[in-house]
Amino acid sequence: MKLYLKIWRQEHRESKGDMVSYEVEGISEQMSFLEMLDLLNERLIKKGERVIEFDHDCREGICGACGMMINGRAHGPLSGTTTCQLHMRSFKDGETVYIEPFRAAAFPVLRDLKIDRSAFDHIIQSGGYVSASTGQAPESNSILIAHDTAEAAFDAAACIGCGACVATCKNSSAALFTSAKISHLVLLPQGKLESADRVIKMVGQMDAEGFGHCSNTEACEVECPQEISVLHIGRMNYEYNKALALRK
Amino acid sequence: MKQTTLIYKLVMATTGLFLCFFLIIHLLGNLQLLSPPELAREQFNWYSHLLSGNILIKIISYVLYLSLIAHAVYALIITRVNIKAQGSKYVYDKRSKVSSWNSRNMGILGTIILIFLIIHFKDYWYVYKFGNLPLDAKGNKDLYTIVITSFQQGWYVILYELSFIALGFHLLHGFFSASRTLGLYHRKYAVAIRVVGWIYSLAITLGFMLIPIYIYFNLNS
Amino acid sequence: MIDAKIPEGNLADKWSNYKDRSKLINPANRKKLDIIVVGTGLAGSSCAATLAEQGYNVKSFCFQDSARRAHSVAAQGGVNAAKNYKNDGDSVYRMFYDTIKGGDFRSREANVYRLAECSLALIDQAVAQGVPFAREYAGYLSNRSFGGVQVSRTFYARGQTGQQLLIGAYQAMMRQESLGKVKTYTRHEMLDLVLVDGKARGIIARNLETGKIERHAANAVVLATGGYGKVYYLSTLAMGCNTSAIWRAHKKGAYMSGVSWIQFHPTCLPQIGETQSKLTLMSESLRNDGRIWVPRKAGDDRVPNEIPEEERDYYLERRYPTFGNLSPRDISSRAAKERIDAGCGLGPMKNAVCLDFSKALKEQGRDKIEEKYGNLFRMYEKINGVDAYKEPMLISPAAHFTMGGLWVDYDLMTTIPGLFALGEANFSDHGANRLGANSLLQSCVDGYFIAPYTIPNFLSTELKSEKVTTDHPAFAEAEMVIREQLDRFLNVQGHLSADHFHKTLGKLLYDKCGLSRTKESLEQAIIEIEALKKSFDHDLKITGDDQVNSELEKAGRVSDFLELGILMCYDALQREESCGAHFREEFQTADGEAVRNDEDFCYVSAWEWKGEDREPVLHKEPLVFETVKLTVRSYK
Repeated sequence: MKLYLKIWRQEHRESKGDMVSYEVEGISEQMSFLEMLDLLNERLIKKGERVIEFDHDCREGICGACGMMINGRAHGPLSGTTTCQLHMRSFKDGETVYIEPFRAAAFPVLRDLKIDRSAFDHIIQSGGYVSASTGQAPESNSILIAHDTAEAAFDAAACIGCGACVATCKNSSAALFTSAKISHLVLLPQGKLESADRVIKMVGQMDAEGFGHCSNTEACEVECPQEISVLHIGRMNYEYNKALALRK
Repeated sequence: MKQTTLIYKLVMATTGLFLCFFLIIHLLGNLQLLSPPELAREQFNWYSHLLSGNILIKIISYVLYLSLIAHAVYALIITRVNIKAQGSKYVYDKRSKVSSWNSRNMGILGTIILIFLIIHFKDYWYVYKFGNLPLDAKGNKDLYTIVITSFQQGWYVILYELSFIALGFHLLHGFFSASRTLGLYHRKYAVAIRVVGWIYSLAITLGFMLIPIYIYFNLNS
Repeated sequence: MIDAKIPEGNLADKWSNYKDRSKLINPANRKKLDIIVVGTGLAGSSCAATLAEQGYNVKSFCFQDSARRAHSVAAQGGVNAAKNYKNDGDSVYRMFYDTIKGGDFRSREANVYRLAECSLALIDQAVAQGVPFAREYAGYLSNRSFGGVQVSRTFYARGQTGQQLLIGAYQAMMRQESLGKVKTYTRHEMLDLVLVDGKARGIIARNLETGKIERHAANAVVLATGGYGKVYYLSTLAMGCNTSAIWRAHKKGAYMSGVSWIQFHPTCLPQIGETQSKLTLMSESLRNDGRIWVPRKAGDDRVPNEIPEEERDYYLERRYPTFGNLSPRDISSRAAKERIDAGCGLGPMKNAVCLDFSKALKEQGRDKIEEKYGNLFRMYEKINGVDAYKEPMLISPAAHFTMGGLWVDYDLMTTIPGLFALGEANFSDHGANRLGANSLLQSCVDGYFIAPYTIPNFLSTELKSEKVTTDHPAFAEAEMVIREQLDRFLNVQGHLSADHFHKTLGKLLYDKCGLSRTKESLEQAIIEIEALKKSFDHDLKITGDDQVNSELEKAGRVSDFLELGILMCYDALQREESCGAHFREEFQTADGEAVRNDEDFCYVSAWEWKGEDREPVLHKEPLVFETVKLTVRSYK
């Protein structure tokens, strides 16, 4: 099939970008979306043009590197799917497809579709861990964790850090990302001890990175490839309010 | 203390919920307008007088004014931060497909409500407080007549009805959103709050909407 | 002959003996020592975090935009540990024996024993970090069984164990970053190792965001850069996985071992088109309930559901009645290839076999199957648009894990003093074939528990030596070579993309040095890769500038893969036996089983780079088995 692509091209962090049109023929339905871009890039090389830069790595939906706005939606038209898992059978022959980077003030564009998501690392650095150094651990079965609690913690911990939640949020809020980590750790007895300090620091860092407020539109949950629940945002708020109320 | 995004949201939630509570009282008071005209006049005017005299009510009313102002001012600040957080705009944006319209447009709905409130305050609150109103049989200021007269005008009824619709959508998202901001995360109770939110919003909206229509069609002299 | 420096004593005491005697460094002195860790997968992150906790200054490098994206993240099944929570007779010794046997007796006893020994502490460590392992209803840790063993020793977090372990290690590293003990350099690719007086003293890295070439000096360098299975282009690996760090270290003097030992995973999605970039792995656990078959007659064009039961060949059940569909990975993959080569393959490219759940669905019901494998069936449908509850999955073997890598001694130090290799990047503890759920284990154990003892042991001798800075001429020289190479790539201006060469190399290796090899195929491959390399030098085309340029990154990686490919063939050529993942067609029994030759090949190959256009030189580290008896590995 043939597609008409409109792709965001931008040279540097500071430069102004623009949508550029490309026609791509010979796309097969079982190609993944990124393989379709590979095909386009292969042709651009033949023509001597600079390729379209985009982040990608595992191509099986777990590393969280790929991520772009496809036809105005984070990771494209399907819910609960990363860009690499999106296949061309989701598009129609002759369709125009708009491809843009994830946009947020905290996610500056590096080039074309590549963005800088280091803000997420900074949020984790601010407190997204259990302070357990190697060698300190007690025997693993000495910490009992109910089956359902472990499963709930896993649901939150499954976040791949792709940034779709921020990209699809009208306020570019990182509440889902931050709350998933807070929830993951506070649910477990190992992480509970530091929870008050953690939530205060992580929320502070989230703000310092320039993310917006959460308006509870719940768009993030729909676009999250791991279908992480917005209820974690409620839990983050609960933990935060508790920490505010109880801290000395 | 540093004002984080969550603290801003907390202010929005608590002031919002207080306003929600006030709406119940306000509606209950207004429902008196649906009584037979003479009884309604007497009761409504007495009730209005009660609200302006009591010291407890006075304190609550100051909290109310403060809540209203804080809710609006914080909304403005939050909106500014959010616009800044967005950075550059999407050229092609279909994000609206994955969330409800009212949840995305609380600002617009809020603005409509604010404009409505200005009119509403000017026409009743200001008139009652500072205007020269005739007295009714019991010697209370006759606000009833002012209300009934104003809802004789079709355009005024439409203005109110539209504002109430905006209020309804605002409440529908606001009520549950506030509960989340306050930290409700349990799945079961989150669902319950949604249901309560729906019932509350519908009751408030339909209740308020009923009154102007009732007056327009039943008390048109 | 090279010395692995195995400590004295009984097998079970070697590691404690080592720890008892290893030299310590005063905490005040640790602050003066810098360590570079390249790679942020499980081995890299855990090593960086642990060294930083001990007080060393760590610089951590990864080419991804965040340390959390390293490819350990994609490991699905689980991590083994000899906890014996199931009371099913597991022990450190049994785990050691299973691993030695699974590796077809081509690994070091002492290393493997240490791996099993440290597995206990790893689970404790991961739990303390908040890794949400699966739990029983009473709150105890849950286990499942995995291929090639008879006990349940695999700990897991649904189908995302690698992700959860990596996030644990990543968080530990981020904690050290906030404490100022680790500095992470993301979007940085190591392009060369810098040696001063024969010791590893730093690296040259390219900042992939700005294109700037940077110099970084340290007292020791750790490579934890993963495996090179991406050499086949089509593999289960991430697109960015590469051999560049270890290959460039190899060219600076570090020996490479077991280079041709590459595991092909039997349950991957087959190639269905020429533009395909990736063969997605479907968890091995599917083989617990799925039955594998192909049509009896070659060239059958019917769709699987139209082929009647009596015309299906359940070849694993036929050939290996005891283990059947749960035969080890190398054996299952080879059996699939044998049938595909016989023309019995299915799918658009006739390169797949069926993984059929119809019997399990009939016996257990859809609900039960959905509960066990629901996420995998969803993933299958997402990728192929096919409902596997209604028709069989099509699967095929794909390059997955490299048992080979940089040669290391018991200290995990390469033949270059001060250069350590951890995780999949070293030739490791898996011999000629890795057992499922042992790779996460090895990378974690290397990073959390081994390197943090052995690196200080090395550094203790370095305190007195003069501190090397990036002003040293060795850095300038290395940087110049790298600049020249990058300029060359940009200036060739030929006709073909880096991917084109990569794909050609991959196909060539898959055919001639893949699941099975022959003397002829390997000799042929060497000639062809040499020719491909020449063509690469003259006909490569890179567009764009020297800043953000993914094509330029690829060119460097492909250039290294080409050289590595040649060494793989040499390695496979010299090993005239079949063992584990290495199957030489000349060395098999009448019914197609591998024939190992312990008399002549019970050694680890260690290859020395001699320069471009010169044959590599083979060194041998004999494998001495003091505890186990070498037996024939049979799964019939």
